[in-house]
Amino acid sequence: MSAEPPILEVPILEVRGVCKSFGALQVARDVSLALPAGARHALIGPNGAGKTTLVHLITGLLPPSSGAIRIGGRDVTRLAAERRVALGLARTFQISSLFPGLTVAENIGLAVAARTGVEIRPWGSLRRQAQVIDEAASMLEQLGLLALAGRAIASLAYGQRRLVEIALALALKPKILLLDEPAAGVASNDRGMLLDLLLSLPADLAILIIEHDMSLVFRLARRMTVLVDGGILTEGSVADVRADPRVRDVYLGSRHHA
Amino acid sequence: MINLSTIATLLVDGISYGMILFLISAGLTVTLGVMRVANLAHCAFAMVGGYLALALAQSWGWSLLAALPVATILTVALGAVLERTVYRWVYATSQLGQILMTIGLVFVMIASVNLAFGSSLHTLPMPAWLAGTWQTQAFTLSVYRAFLVVVSTGLAGALWAVLEFTEFGAKLRAAVDNPRMARCVGIDVPRIFAITFAGGCGLAAIGGVLGNQMLPLEPWYALKYLVPVLIVVAVGGLGSLRGSFLSALLLGLIDTFGRYYIPAGGAFIIYVAAAAALLWRPEGLFARA
Amino acid sequence: MMGTEPPARDLVARAFTRHHLSWVDALPWLAIAAVWLVAGDYVPLGTQVIIMIIFALSLDLAVGYGGIDTLGHAALFGSGAYAAGLYALNVSSEPVTGLLAAGIAGAAVALVTGPLVLRTRGITQVMLTLAVSTVLLEIANAWKPVTGGADGLTGFRIAPVLGAFRFDLAGNTAYWYGAAVLAVTFFLCKGLVNSPFGLTIRGIRENPVRMRLLGVPVRHRLLMLYTISGFFAGWAGGLSAQVTKLVGLDTLEFVLSGNALVMLILGGTGSLYGAIVGATVFVVLSDRAAAINPFHWLFALGIVLILAVRYAPAGLVGLLRFRKVPR
Repeated sequence: MSAEPPILEVPILEVRGVCKSFGALQVARDVSLALPAGARHALIGPNGAGKTTLVHLITGLLPPSSGAIRIGGRDVTRLAAERRVALGLARTFQISSLFPGLTVAENIGLAVAARTGVEIRPWGSLRRQAQVIDEAASMLEQLGLLALAGRAIASLAYGQRRLVEIALALALKPKILLLDEPAAGVASNDRGMLLDLLLSLPADLAILIIEHDMSLVFRLARRMTVLVDGGILTEGSVADVRADPRVRDVYLGSRHHA
Repeated sequence: MINLSTIATLLVDGISYGMILFLISAGLTVTLGVMRVANLAHCAFAMVGGYLALALAQSWGWSLLAALPVATILTVALGAVLERTVYRWVYATSQLGQILMTIGLVFVMIASVNLAFGSSLHTLPMPAWLAGTWQTQAFTLSVYRAFLVVVSTGLAGALWAVLEFTEFGAKLRAAVDNPRMARCVGIDVPRIFAITFAGGCGLAAIGGVLGNQMLPLEPWYALKYLVPVLIVVAVGGLGSLRGSFLSALLLGLIDTFGRYYIPAGGAFIIYVAAAAALLWRPEGLFARA
Repeated sequence: MMGTEPPARDLVARAFTRHHLSWVDALPWLAIAAVWLVAGDYVPLGTQVIIMIIFALSLDLAVGYGGIDTLGHAALFGSGAYAAGLYALNVSSEPVTGLLAAGIAGAAVALVTGPLVLRTRGITQVMLTLAVSTVLLEIANAWKPVTGGADGLTGFRIAPVLGAFRFDLAGNTAYWYGAAVLAVTFFLCKGLVNSPFGLTIRGIRENPVRMRLLGVPVRHRLLMLYTISGFFAGWAGGLSAQVTKLVGLDTLEFVLSGNALVMLILGGTGSLYGAIVGATVFVVLSDRAAAINPFHWLFALGIVLILAVRYAPAGLVGLLRFRKVPR
């Protein structure tokens, strides 16, 4: 566990007073969040609390009704989703969002090509883009997916797809990584490998992770925010939040192992 | 150029044209809203209705008003049969597949109509009491067009009443709002769709018969008036009857006034207007949020 | 670790699907040569087939690869046709530059109308493409001094191709000129589809939201594709104008758009080969059948379409299993 980052540093991701309503239904109520570089921040809360909605708001898939979002100090509230990615934002989806008709290698290759700007080239072949191939190969090797390189996504086991999902986000070499329930649907004996992967991520990468698997959260996170009914119940270090009786009432309870 | 008589005539012409378009489009917007089926053959049902009435008038000397209900019922039957058969095939396919199947259907209908009636323009004989005009001091009013406006408004009102006050109407509104949810709640969406589809074909047939003085019958009718109908549906918002009503009126008025005051480019105006409307609101001007 | 580097790269590189040229690719060219050698009377029909193949290829880029539902592709074809005719009439009768002008005209119309068309989806998109096509048709009809209106644009001469090959009455030059243009078109389309951009388009087709979250401006890429498609459609129109020395309103009509879409569906979308097969079968059949009775042909076509959507959604190519899919 490293020391808390200095307060003077500009947070790499900042969410300020964000609200979102669909008609009478309010899904985000005055949510604020600040992530420094290297953050390991968990977002927890009961189902329907609005966690995934918050990620949609941060990534730009949904416009907020009010409030502001900043990446690296720059206001991105009105910025299109694809432009936020260029600023270093990457996310995974709760339900795997890959390219099902393409091979595993093509999925990763597409992400690398998108990052390096090669994806727009209307001639030549990605096969001959050495940088893309090298990066894709090393990423697949690192995740133990090399043998699956030529397989179509549709033929993979669900746990393998979750890994490709994370690989896709990592291929963007992001500064901020938003993980939406990465362990969802992954068998418990595979979760160890997932945790190892998450622990091995770069120290300066800011990670916001939504998870229900508390053992994963407690091993990875340093700070936690608890979201209930679209609003923040509490926020603080993992120890503080675990000890907070209100959180226990609402969510943790005795169902989850410490 | 700006005199009351002209304005009044143009108004009535525009509104009556718009009402005919509404009658033809109403079925399409509802089926698009409920099942999202891209039915490019919808205008062909209006054509078939018109030709059926023509057959009745030519072969048995029936008057327009007598032929109307029979032609409508026959078109409803045709729509019901086609829905059970060929349309069922394409519910699960992509929009492109639906577009192609319905184009194929249009081709078949155009060719059939040509086989039976030839390729020249036809209009239905009008009863004597509908022909002619009312002359007042201020303006001249075509009886036929006034009749059109009255009947169409009545039908639109009846449609609205069905939607608002009947159980079927409530189920239909639910199915348009959220088909999946409606199914979960126990509403038999496929059956609702089948009934609505057939009803929509019937409405289109009424539009085809009543409006045949303005939109004469010919084999290419099904494709010729497809674009205005699609514009009405798209600009009004898929699934919104109110939207179709308003956009049909708008289109009728814009087109009529446009053609009169700008003879050179008048025909374009509706396209420009439609493009502007969709650029502003791609979901349709009057679509629900 | 060093020993595994090269094999890993190869494994990954091979995992990128790429179409290899095989004996199948030679077939169209064999057929083109065969027709010229053996069935001389059919050369003009062959030229028509070639023109429609190019048009169908351009449509396949938009519909098959881009997923853009368009029933107004004739707008791009006709723009190219009129551009080529007007170029020959007013600028120069040199055909190759005229063809380039036609391509640019098609691309320009696609570029201008694209932002509106791509903003919408499904039936609204179809309607907009139809509307654009109709507007251009009305303009061509009304603008008699420039386009000749309903009489069409005539009276332009086309200079010999590359200064050497005169357009003869038998249509031989037109045939081989067309074949050359087809070769270039197919080569470029193949290159496009196998390029990184081609993979991007496939990605957009599969999961546009994901693409956006990879930082790719989806609508911009689709506009690029639509413009390229417009370029080739313009080429087809320009070729038609140069070969027949006449440009009529029928180059902008719905019938042309509809026919092209039918050709593509019958042949099979998203493979380029479907365009070749579909266009060939359609043009040959319609030439024979329409001569007998156009409305009977329409009826038969309608039936075939309905049945094809039900029983052969992947088209002839799908039935013949010529499509290359990643294993």
